[in-house]
Amino acid sequence: MRRLAQTYGAHPLHLVSLLVSFAVAGYAAYQVLPSNPVGIAVWFVGAAVLHDLVLIPAYALVDRLLHGRRRERSDPAVPRPWANHVRVPLALSALLLAVFLPAILRLSSGYESTTTLPADGYLWRWLVITAVLFALSGLVYLARLRSRTA
Amino acid sequence: MSQRLEQPPSRLSRLRQAVAEHPPPGPTRRGFWRSPLRGPWLTSVFGSVLLAGIIVVFVTGLLSYAAYNPDLGSNDKTPGAGPLGFYLFDWPTNPSWLYRVTQGLHVTVGIVLIPVLLGKLWSVIPKLFTWPPVRSLAHALERLSLLLLVGGVVFEFVTGLANIQYWYVFPGSFYSLHFYGAWVFIAAFVVHVAFKLPVVVRSLRSRSWREELRTDTAHTVPEPPDDHELVSPNPAAATISRRGALALVGGGSALLFVVTAGQSFGGVLRRTALLAPRFTDPSDGPNGFQVNKTADALGLTEGAQDPGWRLQVRGAEAMTFDRDQLLGLPQHTAALPIACVEGWSTSAQAWAGVRLADLAQLAGVPAPVSVFVESLQESGFGTTTLRGNQVLDPDSLLALRVNGADLSLDHGFPARVIVPNNPGVHNTKWVTRLTFEA
Repeated sequence: MRRLAQTYGAHPLHLVSLLVSFAVAGYAAYQVLPSNPVGIAVWFVGAAVLHDLVLIPAYALVDRLLHGRRRERSDPAVPRPWANHVRVPLALSALLLAVFLPAILRLSSGYESTTTLPADGYLWRWLVITAVLFALSGLVYLARLRSRTA
Repeated sequence: MSQRLEQPPSRLSRLRQAVAEHPPPGPTRRGFWRSPLRGPWLTSVFGSVLLAGIIVVFVTGLLSYAAYNPDLGSNDKTPGAGPLGFYLFDWPTNPSWLYRVTQGLHVTVGIVLIPVLLGKLWSVIPKLFTWPPVRSLAHALERLSLLLLVGGVVFEFVTGLANIQYWYVFPGSFYSLHFYGAWVFIAAFVVHVAFKLPVVVRSLRSRSWREELRTDTAHTVPEPPDDHELVSPNPAAATISRRGALALVGGGSALLFVVTAGQSFGGVLRRTALLAPRFTDPSDGPNGFQVNKTADALGLTEGAQDPGWRLQVRGAEAMTFDRDQLLGLPQHTAALPIACVEGWSTSAQAWAGVRLADLAQLAGVPAPVSVFVESLQESGFGTTTLRGNQVLDPDSLLALRVNGADLSLDHGFPARVIVPNNPGVHNTKWVTRLTFEA
């Protein structure tokens, strides 16, 4: 038992749980994969890759542009006190765009004929929400500045 | 074991050690990740919220599968489910709002979890680049399982979001992709929770919430060094406090809730759902509530208005009714909502028509096991099988009128099924034939 654990690298229960998990996942995958193996695999792995290797670096890049150079912990100066007041509304607006991308960019061809609802308002509503978020954030920033100088 | 330790390390193990100690430049070096916020406490906070939320989303998803009564006729959109349908039960008609609540929760909680999921994935990203990439067989298998976990969760969220916005780009039938994808994900999720729960409990206890909520950006310091590769060995100064990061994620969830949830409440609240697919009612008037699919989109505008339309009722007897004859049968009214798998729903509408139980009686099958419903609609959910309990509920109708007016074309004129607590698409519109099975 101990030798098995040593060769394997963890407690044997670890192995048993993973094998049971793979069996369930494998059964489910086998029911759907044959219908379109390449398409589904591309979507499945692509989803993780898109998030990990595109969205996270993009987020990090925008963050860096906003905050400027990285500050060492010993450095007391805060170079851009307004940066978070851009970062937060920007992040929230981007979140809404990501979640409602098909509606905002009118990617669905059947929305209007299916629902009878107008498809052309999403972009405007998203822009208005974005403007409100930036305005609120700006007001909070001004209030902070005033309370600091007061 | 002691014998092995005394032997000098082999060439292979020395080589392995050398590789492990020299990660290539870039994200595989732990110092590359410099946020002072990353650490087991923050990851555990996100993880616990996700644990609770994902349980809600998964269980309501399972209930939605049961609500389709997949054991009947050709209701099952995922006939290969086999043992994955182990929990199936006869879907009840009471309370009539149950599916409205469970499916509203499924979609709304799923959407609200997105910022938490993004925060969680951000917090553990250094582990994607862990060096060496594989330390042991156990490590390799666990990483494979994590691919199923992360690939699965993103796959489920993206297919769900695309489907509720009618963007049918996914590689196959939504029902089977989302259903089997959920099982791949949950299999990986259960072992992940089992492996990590002790760390989560320990990490949550390692810091005081009160202290965290009092600490501003200037006083935000990294968590103590950990053995989970989350805390940066080379942290930069904080650009936001931990409470700020939590507020951003929580604020994102709150914002998503506000612009989505109204579509599941209906009434005036619907207008708050600014970005949700069902953000407003199609029109005023008795037939002005949400339409799942229009007659026009299905090419039924002419067929549904054909004066030659007849309803065939079959069982022990075979009968045919025109619409006036149906209106001449005893009429009943039931106040029932429409609740869609896409998460939106309407408040209760006053439907009027003939009880399905009365039609079963006329067909000579007073206690049917099921009824097979056929419609002018040829694609999608044109046919449905309902169970005996659904036929016999006194509020289950073949509806001819709604809110005091004739059904509109889009709501299923000349006649449609409406059954309490039934998923929207099983309330078949433009019905042509009911076959009661004894």
